[in-house]
Amino acid sequence: MHMPDVTPAMELKVETADALTCNVQPLLHEIRHALARLLDEGGHTVIDLRSLPLAPGEEQQLLDELGNGEVYARLHALGPTEIIESRYPGVWIVVHYNSSDEVIGKFIEVCDIPNLLRSQQADIQQGLEQLQAQLPAAIN
Amino acid sequence: MSKDETLGEALRRQGITRRGFLKFCAATASMMALPPSMVPAIAAALEKAMRPSVIWLSFQECTGCTESLTRSHSPTVEGLIFDTISLDYHHTLQAASGSAAEAAREAAMEENYGKYILVVDGSIPTANPGYSTIAGISNKSMLLDTAKGAAAIVAVGTCAAYGGIPKAKPNPTGAVAVSDLIKDKPIINVSGCPPIPVVITGVLAHFLTFGTIPELDALGRPKAYYGQSIHDRCYRRPFYDKGLFANTFDDEGAKKGWCLYKLGCKGPTTYNACATTKWNEGTSFPIEAGHPCLGCSEPDFWDGGGFYKALSMPTEDITRAAVYAVGAGAAAGVALGAMNRAKKARAVKTHEKVTINDLEKGADDD
Ligand code: SF4
Repeated sequence: MHMPDVTPAMELKVETADALTCNVQPLLHEIRHALARLLDEGGHTVIDLRSLPLAPGEEQQLLDELGNGEVYARLHALGPTEIIESRYPGVWIVVHYNSSDEVIGKFIEVCDIPNLLRSQQADIQQGLEQLQAQLPAAIN
Repeated sequence: MSKDETLGEALRRQGITRRGFLKFCAATASMMALPPSMVPAIAAALEKAMRPSVIWLSFQECTGCTESLTRSHSPTVEGLIFDTISLDYHHTLQAASGSAAEAAREAAMEENYGKYILVVDGSIPTANPGYSTIAGISNKSMLLDTAKGAAAIVAVGTCAAYGGIPKAKPNPTGAVAVSDLIKDKPIINVSGCPPIPVVITGVLAHFLTFGTIPELDALGRPKAYYGQSIHDRCYRRPFYDKGLFANTFDDEGAKKGWCLYKLGCKGPTTYNACATTKWNEGTSFPIEAGHPCLGCSEPDFWDGGGFYKALSMPTEDITRAAVYAVGAGAAAGVALGAMNRAKKARAVKTHEKVTINDLEKGADDD
């Protein structure tokens, strides 16, 4: 049977509409201030992208402006999380997914390393206990 | 999760790491519309949170609210919040029915008296108790009885919050909102037809985290989600400000994504989180899909005039439209002329139902 040549809806690229909130530039300035604060005082800033009105395509525009840097990490804790350092060191894009790969949170973090990348005290403690339990008693 | 286990303990028992827990807290803060700087406080509170008992009653409703919530109930953060509560009674979701289900409700009430959260969706008929009953109990008496031992009541959906569609004129069942019948308990209205799922779970998460009800607006809705109008957060707002409007659904303005005000958008008078939280895992919301906002989170949205009439057009009730017309002279003749005169006169006399089609018949009919 001949199938018509249609582009599946899911693959259609959302073009940036003429309708712009003009929120991308102010956001980039906010990130610039946060970076300066990080250098001067070591302040950690988190921006929740879900709390801002953005026109279709504007979020992508912001992410394109930030670009990709040297670090890409993928965690598996309650579903995947992607942590990407932008082309501006100290500016990270953190995207949380649930186990069905749906986005449940999107943040920009300005810090030297997002907290989630660090091993957590409680997990280290638990890991130590597991390792001890696994080794033969004599070596303990 | 056993009843006296804290949330932190339960999550660890399920093998969820601290890292997973922190992610859960970050997503919960976002869900509660709280700033990310609150995450450490949320983590500390959730670590110690106890599992609240929830009794969910469904009255005159379409099950859309439950559907909205359970659609988000794949193994998600919202799902975890939902799993964390002890849903002791929900007659749409539970396996038991009839008197066995009622026994479960009574047992949960007794065990958690004064502490459980009562969630209600649907309006309550008052004209005749027989219009809606569960196991032979009228909605009204079940609500009054179950509300007695509740710590707080969450009215989910516009029907429970304000009467909704069952209350639309001429309100044949005498439908009323929860707050019309209960005066002595804190009531949180989570309006919307249906409400955004994360707003439902966000309110439950707030109670779970802080043990208090969130700050409410004048209509009893949590300010975190209903504090700003759709219009204030709408990405099409720059076009409204410049006076650039779509006049039909397929004109140049519509194609360019201009403001939908003239197509009847109720964004300026509607308070909800659709413009930022969006729907379907944050994909879009009605205005982004090119359709004006219907105003579904506001009281009496169904009777607010035509969905496709611009807000300033007085179509809400024909007598009032006629008064405006007389007052404003020729220009407002549009409002008067918009109705079929013969039908209108008859309707005024007999209180007959006037349909949107009648209202929308052009001046040509005159
Ligand atoms: S589309 Fe509606 S909410 Fe958006 S700017 Fe226009 S009137 Fe306001």
